[in-house]
Amino acid sequence: MNDILEVAREQVLERGIGLSQEQLIEVLRSPDEQLDALLALAHEVRVKWCGEEVEVEGIISLKTGGCPEDCHFCSQSGQFTSPVRSVWLNIPELVEAAKETAKTGATEFCIVAAVRGPDARLMSQVKAGIEAINAEVDINIACSLGMLTQEQVDELKAMGVHRYNHNLESARSYFGDVVTTHSFEERWETCVMVRESGMELCCGGLVGMGESLEQRAELAAQLAELEPHEVPLNFLNPRPGTPFGDMEIMAGKDALRTIAAFRLAMPRTVLRYAGGRELTLGDLGTREGLLGGINAVIVGNYLTTLGRPATADLDLLADLKMPVKELQKTL
Amino acid sequence: MTVTTVLYCGHCGREVADGSHDDCRQALTMEPPRYCERCRRRMVVQVHPMGWTARCSAHGEVSS
Repeated sequence: MNDILEVAREQVLERGIGLSQEQLIEVLRSPDEQLDALLALAHEVRVKWCGEEVEVEGIISLKTGGCPEDCHFCSQSGQFTSPVRSVWLNIPELVEAAKETAKTGATEFCIVAAVRGPDARLMSQVKAGIEAINAEVDINIACSLGMLTQEQVDELKAMGVHRYNHNLESARSYFGDVVTTHSFEERWETCVMVRESGMELCCGGLVGMGESLEQRAELAAQLAELEPHEVPLNFLNPRPGTPFGDMEIMAGKDALRTIAAFRLAMPRTVLRYAGGRELTLGDLGTREGLLGGINAVIVGNYLTTLGRPATADLDLLADLKMPVKELQKTL
Repeated sequence: MTVTTVLYCGHCGREVADGSHDDCRQALTMEPPRYCERCRRRMVVQVHPMGWTARCSAHGEVSS
């Protein structure tokens, strides 16, 4: 039997064809002694098919908390006893956040709302926010507003939204253990509509939520089927008051294997470090992931939790001699 | 100079005199406080890319 790394080298590195779900299971089951070699291969794949550059993004919560959905990892659900209270951000503060983000060299600024899907009020606020940002800040604007109708997809595209985020969150076979208020298929439909609209699709998920290795591979394969431009990879940060609040933090080596597996599943995608990496990987692991398939980061804070200082990530990228992607370029 | 008496943990909302809050202090390095340290009301918190603000309806705003 061929070693999975030899197979991946020939199939993914040489030919640019992502690994299948069955092959990804082998990667995720590979022993710790192979981890360095696995990460090195994933890094080679990333450099060959995406280049040396790293894409930097900042995110902001436009509408925090009070969400009617029950995503079991999320502190913003109104169904749990989380201490997060509902709040809306005003337009001047939104513009200020975009300015702060642009100062870091980021090319993407993502506006996020904790909702099932946007209503007329939220769409109106997003439109006003995008116009205000565009008047003062040179940055690509992304949105993450939940599930969309075709009309809303068209509206957001007309507003100039560059990229739309809607995660699968978890594998189809595990989704019902994570969310019960909507279905995997509903998420999938929004992702397909976004992709077909011409907006860039940003679609990822979380790992470390109690799913099996096989289900982690399944998620990667299902994401690959959607062919998203970007895949944000989150590691569960157990939030007080949520159903997953008492879960253990994922082991760092499993997280690194997951990064490499996602890269080997999707050689050409923008694979972004998202939430939870600080807890799961720490400083050393963050570095290893950037040398193991990651080619994008969220700098600064997240939606309800804090990240590393932006300067810490930018210094790390400089230390690794990884150039930050400039505006108006695509990876 | 105003001296503010901390009665409640900003992370878990329990009284600071009620047990150890070592884990809470650690958590507060990676997340903003959610409870007012003076009255334990849940605060309205807005996280920004480079900071945060937290507002108590009775005791005003604190920020990073």
